[in-house]
Amino acid sequence: MSPRTLYEKIWDRHVISAARLPVPLLYIDRHFIHEATSPQAFAGLKAADRKVRRPDLTFAVMDHSVPTKDRRNAVITGNRAKLFDALDRNCRETGVRLFDMNSKNQGIVHIIGPEMGITQPGQTIVCGDSHTSTHGAMGALAFGIGTSEVETVLATQCLPQYTSKTMLVRIEGKRTRGITAKDLMLAVIEKLGFSGGTGHVIEYGGEAVRALSIEERMTLCSMSIECGARAGMVSPDETTFRYLEGRPFVPRGNDFEAAVKIWRSYASEPGATYDSTIELNAAEVAPKVTWGTNPGMVANINAAVPDPSSYANEEERESVIRALDYMDLNPGTRIVDIPIDRVFIGSCSNGQIEDLRAAAAVLAGKKISKSLKQALVVPASTQTKLQAEAEGLDRIFVEAGFEWRDSGCSMCIAMNEDVLPPGERCASTSNRNFEGRQGKGGRTHLVSPAMAAAAAIAGKFVDVRDMQIAGVV
Amino acid sequence: MKPFSEHAGTVVPLDRIDVDTDQMVPKQFILRGTRDGYGRDLFHDWRYLPNGDPDPDFVFNFPRYKGASILLARSNFGCGSSREHAAWAVRDYGFQVVIAPSYADIFYTNAFNNGVLLVTLPAEQVDELFRRAEKTEGYELSVDLETLSITDNRQLRFPFTIDEYRRNRLLKGLDDIGSMIEHDKEIAAFEGSHAIPAPIVTGPVDMKVSTS
Ligand code: SF4
Repeated sequence: MSPRTLYEKIWDRHVISAARLPVPLLYIDRHFIHEATSPQAFAGLKAADRKVRRPDLTFAVMDHSVPTKDRRNAVITGNRAKLFDALDRNCRETGVRLFDMNSKNQGIVHIIGPEMGITQPGQTIVCGDSHTSTHGAMGALAFGIGTSEVETVLATQCLPQYTSKTMLVRIEGKRTRGITAKDLMLAVIEKLGFSGGTGHVIEYGGEAVRALSIEERMTLCSMSIECGARAGMVSPDETTFRYLEGRPFVPRGNDFEAAVKIWRSYASEPGATYDSTIELNAAEVAPKVTWGTNPGMVANINAAVPDPSSYANEEERESVIRALDYMDLNPGTRIVDIPIDRVFIGSCSNGQIEDLRAAAAVLAGKKISKSLKQALVVPASTQTKLQAEAEGLDRIFVEAGFEWRDSGCSMCIAMNEDVLPPGERCASTSNRNFEGRQGKGGRTHLVSPAMAAAAAIAGKFVDVRDMQIAGVV
Repeated sequence: MKPFSEHAGTVVPLDRIDVDTDQMVPKQFILRGTRDGYGRDLFHDWRYLPNGDPDPDFVFNFPRYKGASILLARSNFGCGSSREHAAWAVRDYGFQVVIAPSYADIFYTNAFNNGVLLVTLPAEQVDELFRRAEKTEGYELSVDLETLSITDNRQLRFPFTIDEYRRNRLLKGLDDIGSMIEHDKEIAAFEGSHAIPAPIVTGPVDMKVSTS
């Protein structure tokens, strides 16, 4: 057999060929649900008198709209309360495992899967959320679906799926000091374009990717959807197996060794071919800051806001003009001259323990700028929060002037109280800078955690490489 | 779902690339937990002024496009979030057809799952439709899923393609589950021989509801 990719292997082992539908029927190994996109699916099942076929393969968590401030005493009312009640009730009625907002294993849905070892190499994974691609860091095929598909998977544990094209994003070279997975991924999106990955499953490979930790690979995979890709993935390797060992859903002892053998067999083989390949040299990547209203509108920290007239394509030019208008930025303004009002460190892209350590390293012994209205740290999971507290990171953040919060999606999507007010500018470690994403009229600049921390100190964007930092990433 | 075979209606042109689902239905409305009633929220932040009145500068509010049921859009329509609310809002507003040069993957599936036909045409043809829709007040198109063609009353005729599975489902008004339940035996047989084991708890976890 000719060499095959990770994607092809997972695909082949999950298509139910006997079903003979006009479209391949893909079996789903793990289904994650959360409060925001599942109630309609359960209601649909109930109305049609259907059952959840495999509650044991389904995992539920409360994350998108949970309060992050003093959660245990928070009073939740209105539609939000209804969403949480519905999830709680639906899980009880159907036997789906639920990590509710006060569980020690609560967290952003794409973080807790890998964190508990529910997500493993070779699996097919879906969730009613576009950043499901995050799980691909473990060597899984993971993609976001709509609520009708959530209902389909609940009822049948399968989805009719078309094959995707494959793309290899090969990142060679060694990144320099201060460059994070976030910067690498923003560089990929800059190169590929905001919709350049549409219809594709991206596999990240090359020397620089192999050197990344699982959390960093999750940053890459999480943001795959930001260039339109169906999924992002990294072939499982020793880093993956080491990460998984000992986690609460991972087999132990001899069973672990046996599992590793199978997991290893999923890795892409040398010589496997992809529909397209793009290459990037990590050594040439600088810290990135987005200036527009999609993640492809991005520049190096030492560059300036572009001039719309430099765009040859008319549609693109118009969208840049609109973006600059929304962002209230002038062409030619240097990125380092952009002042900020708030800082948000969190999200499934950059709210994990390594992210918090990187930000804390920048902040240690310093204070955030007096000009800031708010600086938030929202750990990506409750376990992350506990770990950070055990390491004393919370104290560094609080002493610097940050608010230390409970875990959730928070100001990445602003479905709870954490909202960016109209006209204000936020340095955010999240993954989406769409109009209104963090709050109606709010202006989002995507950066790495270290860059967000540096911006918090300066009250404007600065090059984290120019700062004196003990042990910066 | 209602079967769909052909539709004729007024066209509203939305001249922006990369329209994302966060714009289509801003997050404050997705807390509602229902499938219906999102039509009034569609493009909320563009459509309404801060005081809640319709923004006269937004194309949906031009009197000439009132009652439009065909949405003409630009490339990468529906990108971003997986929220099906975007498709529900498009349907609930009264759109039966969207025409654009390209769509984001998840929105594409969501729209078809709600009986909304997404037609993909080459960019030049979409340009031509924009010109006609902007020039002629009350510009109408007929979209025929049987013959796979789009026509107006001025000799325009654009053929389009769509995969057979989706076309059939729309023509018959079938949803996914309906067509898959019949394959329960094959799914069960697959489960019996599948190499990936169900999750087993091997360490401490803090679950509210747990499968016994
Ligand atoms: S953190 Fe943001 S991107 Fe990630 S799942 Fe939550 S809302 Fe989606």
